[in-house]
Amino acid sequence: MDLHLQGISHRYAQVQVLSALDLTIEYGQIACIVGPSGCGKSTLLRLIGGLEKPDAGRILQIGEPPPSSLNPLTYIFQDFALLPWRSVEGNVSLVLEDHRLDAAARARIIDDVLARTRLSDFRKAFPRQLSGGMKQRVAIARALAVKPAVWLMDEPLSALDSQTRELLMDDLVELWAREPFTACYVTHNLHEAVRLGHRVVVLSRRPGKIRSVVEIDMPLTERKARESELSAQQQHLWALLREDALAADLELIDG
Amino acid sequence: MGDAPKDGRPVAFRGGGFATRPVGVVGPVVLVAVIAVWEVGCRTGFIHPLVLPAPSEAFNAFMELARSGLLWKHIGASLQRLVVGWICGTALGLSVGFMIGLFSLARAGLAPLVAAIFPIPKIALLPLFIIWFGIGEGSKVATILFGTFFPTVVATYGGVDNVDRSLIRMGQSFGLNWFSIVRKIILPGALPAILPGFRISAAIAIVLLVAAEMIGAEFGVGAYILLAGSLMATDQLIAGVAMLSVLGVAINWTIGRTEKYLLRWRA
Repeated sequence: MDLHLQGISHRYAQVQVLSALDLTIEYGQIACIVGPSGCGKSTLLRLIGGLEKPDAGRILQIGEPPPSSLNPLTYIFQDFALLPWRSVEGNVSLVLEDHRLDAAARARIIDDVLARTRLSDFRKAFPRQLSGGMKQRVAIARALAVKPAVWLMDEPLSALDSQTRELLMDDLVELWAREPFTACYVTHNLHEAVRLGHRVVVLSRRPGKIRSVVEIDMPLTERKARESELSAQQQHLWALLREDALAADLELIDG
Repeated sequence: MGDAPKDGRPVAFRGGGFATRPVGVVGPVVLVAVIAVWEVGCRTGFIHPLVLPAPSEAFNAFMELARSGLLWKHIGASLQRLVVGWICGTALGLSVGFMIGLFSLARAGLAPLVAAIFPIPKIALLPLFIIWFGIGEGSKVATILFGTFFPTVVATYGGVDNVDRSLIRMGQSFGLNWFSIVRKIILPGALPAILPGFRISAAIAIVLLVAAEMIGAEFGVGAYILLAGSLMATDQLIAGVAMLSVLGVAINWTIGRTEKYLLRWRA
């Protein structure tokens, strides 16, 4: 399933956040969206997943999601959004409880996704007992459980320290290598963008438009070892962003 | 590191002070000491018996009441009113609180009404309740019901308002149905605000219970206190008041345990 965005515009009160934006998210690819702060990256992601309505433009699904997908458009949030009163397995179970699954099928899915995220030993733990990296892995397990057609990832690593971020990037690459998924990955971190993105979409500052799209051909699994080759790409992205980032920094928040 | 310099001075510690720690025995010791001073004051004649009866006399009055068999009649009548009134008031308060928290129309219509009626002392309405619900149990239960209803409504919709919006958005993004979101995300998320509301409504219920029992009640702790007061039997009066105090402490303890159990995920 591809996603097609046509002429998306959106405003909050007086502020035009996005204007006439076209974008295609292609099957089996990770599209990273980068841009200066306040350029409407997160808004764009909320629009794509149907959590907000755009003022103008259409978001189209091209093709049907696979029938096994319980929740075709699934988010990974920056703040994890785990229920603090539910254990690790309870948080995963939450998103399965509204679907017609018998108890055995549900237990099988929970076992499977916890094993894939190496959380099987922590299934009874509560979120407050977990480190930030583990919390995000629980959120990833929860997303895996509903077999998304497209992952909508809103700065998933931004609340984590740089070491944990590095480890989780490896996890994501491994998950993708084992079973390629389609994703729209919003970040302000260019390093993450060049490590995880097949395409990097650079947004301009408010009102957000596409400034350019950078394709990165190197296979995801090789990127860690060939990091030096990526740094040229990262420099290029920074050159595209720098002016806007500087200008965005001088804007009043609600101006 | 090498040699320590000769004229070094340790940095003075200035971080302590504002963290409280539990000191277990102090509470009971203070209580016993107050009662002991009071008893000694009465025995030595420093406190005139008409001003304040000795704790031992109040205890004797209590034992006499127990022997007469009336104790359970009084306590039973009071507990029944308290439990029925509090449970009905709380149930209604929770439903109205959730309605105000969840539905714009209910909020627009009911929130101002609640704000207008909440500050009225329900004791002032007791004569009206007697006309509406009769001088018997009806008016007493209604007083307690109204008294517990309003703080519960306010605590509940405040709690619903304070549920983390990002968790609700998460629920919506996974396609959970409306009822699931209310039951599994909003209700547990509002509990930390609702349970302290129970403490307040229980305390209000006890205050109103005594007030309601002072009019037209044959049995009940309030009636017992009123009778003792009009006979100037201050020992019985103290015994009655002590019963209320114990009742309040017991309720508070129960709510504390419930809170600890239901909110164990916070720790």
